[in-house]
Amino acid sequence: MFYRETGQFHSTYAADMAIFPIRQDRIGLAVIIAIAAIGVPLLGSPFFISSVMIPFLVYALATIGLNILTGYTGLISLGTGAFMGVGAFACYKLTTLFPSVNIIVWILVSGFFSAAVGMLFGLPSLRVKGFYLAVTTLAAQFFLQWCFIRIPWLYNDNASGAIEVGRRTLFGIPITGAQATVQTRYLVLLGIVVFMTWIASNIVHGRIGRSWMAVRDMDIAAELMGIRLLPTKLAAFAVSSFYCGVSGACMMFLWYGGGEANDVFSINQSFNVLFMVILGGLGSLTGSFFGAAFISSLPTIFKFGLPAMGVHIEGATAEHLTNMVVGALIIVFLIAEPHGLARLWQISKEKLRLWPFPY
Amino acid sequence: MDFLIQVLWEGLVAGVLYALIALGFVLIFKASGVFNFAQGIMVVFAALTLVGSYEKMAAAGFTGFPAAALSFVVTLFVMFVLAWLVERLVLRHLVNQPDIILFMATFGLTYFLIGLGEAVFGGNPKIMIAKELWLPTGATDLRLPGLGPNGKDGLVIIQHIDVAATVIASLMIAGLAFFFQYTRIGRALRAVADSHKAALSVGITLNQIWVVVWFTAGIVALVTGIMWGARSDVSFGLSNIALKALPVLIVGGFTSVPGAIVGGLIIGIGEKLGELYLAPLLLGSTMGRGVESWIAFIIALGFVLVRPQGLFGDKIIERI
Repeated sequence: MFYRETGQFHSTYAADMAIFPIRQDRIGLAVIIAIAAIGVPLLGSPFFISSVMIPFLVYALATIGLNILTGYTGLISLGTGAFMGVGAFACYKLTTLFPSVNIIVWILVSGFFSAAVGMLFGLPSLRVKGFYLAVTTLAAQFFLQWCFIRIPWLYNDNASGAIEVGRRTLFGIPITGAQATVQTRYLVLLGIVVFMTWIASNIVHGRIGRSWMAVRDMDIAAELMGIRLLPTKLAAFAVSSFYCGVSGACMMFLWYGGGEANDVFSINQSFNVLFMVILGGLGSLTGSFFGAAFISSLPTIFKFGLPAMGVHIEGATAEHLTNMVVGALIIVFLIAEPHGLARLWQISKEKLRLWPFPY
Repeated sequence: MDFLIQVLWEGLVAGVLYALIALGFVLIFKASGVFNFAQGIMVVFAALTLVGSYEKMAAAGFTGFPAAALSFVVTLFVMFVLAWLVERLVLRHLVNQPDIILFMATFGLTYFLIGLGEAVFGGNPKIMIAKELWLPTGATDLRLPGLGPNGKDGLVIIQHIDVAATVIASLMIAGLAFFFQYTRIGRALRAVADSHKAALSVGITLNQIWVVVWFTAGIVALVTGIMWGARSDVSFGLSNIALKALPVLIVGGFTSVPGAIVGGLIIGIGEKLGELYLAPLLLGSTMGRGVESWIAFIIALGFVLVRPQGLFGDKIIERI
């Protein structure tokens, strides 16, 4: 009833092609950002912020990254975990070598290292696609993971082989390290995610994004229409890896606060992000957020939500249950709704426009 | 010299087992066009079911070869049910979807099986019931005169289970080749592999063929699982090893059974040699360890750049 576009006239082409042409959508987005930026830090408990919101935002960034590659360009990648790792290690090296530069700058710059590595392993994409490409990205995954353990220079030769996150400040307020409060870390992360989502939205709606989608729908046809495949595909790998790298750096510096990277950036991480993309919706930025929210909160729900509701469940069982539910949901979604949660959201919006009439 | 022979032998055995896993992929890929990522997990799942059901029987006081044989039969039944369910619940609904969607559906299947296997049998590594299945254990020291360091006699240790694995794998491959070439169902399978539509038009029931193929892949998975399990232990850590079957496929070609075997041998021997020679070259003999974990994929990467269809695969032709 409130979701009507009646009376909103678009008199320019730009207004007609806007990403949010309906006023209610724009208001809704502003409300969501306001809640995330003001409501959550003020009202949310530290547990909620640290174990629900921060993982959600970190994964949302990685999911956007993989969605650019898999959803928009149609190239499947199983190396997401490793590309995230490259970002985390690049950020660690940079901030230990140049501690005076602000950490946020380094978090964003580390994405470029990840992008370079991603382009290197993206080269085979010109010759192969589908599961062939999946195998070559597995090469990236296992090779880089090996580098993370075996090259001591990457973790500054410390004995534990872990990334150590020191105290870094912004305007005198600690944002990483032990003194940083959950709320500040969350707000910094939120800022990065909103900024990067805005960039991603502009890229995928522009010329580059259109050429990606043309390649996804049929690469030979795209080539015949004058899209150069190599730069387009490599750009997809670069942008995708950039997002994954920033997400990895955020994961280590703003979420985990350091730790052994071998377990974190494993092949399971790659699958996790891929599942977020599939469940959320291939080729949809909104879907990336839905998928990340759903899958990153699922373990927490099983581990803490079910006992709170009075269902007794052990930690290990919860983990197995998560695997089973995610696996089954992937299949169900691919059968019933291949475009994922994003499509469901779209359908419900369509329905809402007509409500209370059926059509 | 004797060390090199030892390494080559181990590479050969590993290669045969990679080839077995890859064979499971090829079977399903040829018959249904599905690239079954879950094959590696099916190996672990089959092995877990075998050991798990034996443990249940042993707890009831029923042990030895009869119990092991019974749990083998039980596992076969479970694999059949799995094949049937996959056809019923997944494949049937995804007919005519793009390959990539089917591929991703097998990711879902992978995770579902991991969760199910761990929930039913627990996440701890188990010991394969090799002795109860009458598989040989122990090792023979093979003396090679004059091949050791400084002209002494060389020594190669050969695990009996490795010999058994090689023999059984070869028998299995021969049996499958016979099954494909000379039986009625085998011929139907080859027809389906050639063209779904043409096979349907001559009265081959596609759904039935899929169950048969997935069941066959399940049997291959079970045999592979027993062999791998007897060499290390049975846990989901094995599934990472099973991923090595993917480079095997790229090297050998997705549609070729001989390709899977040759590819398996190349990868198996290649990664042992890589560990032996490449690791010290890269980062020194201690830090360079673990080259095995990625060398197979890098070999595959090289093949993709030079010859994407693999050694024996059909050339990839794309049309608009």
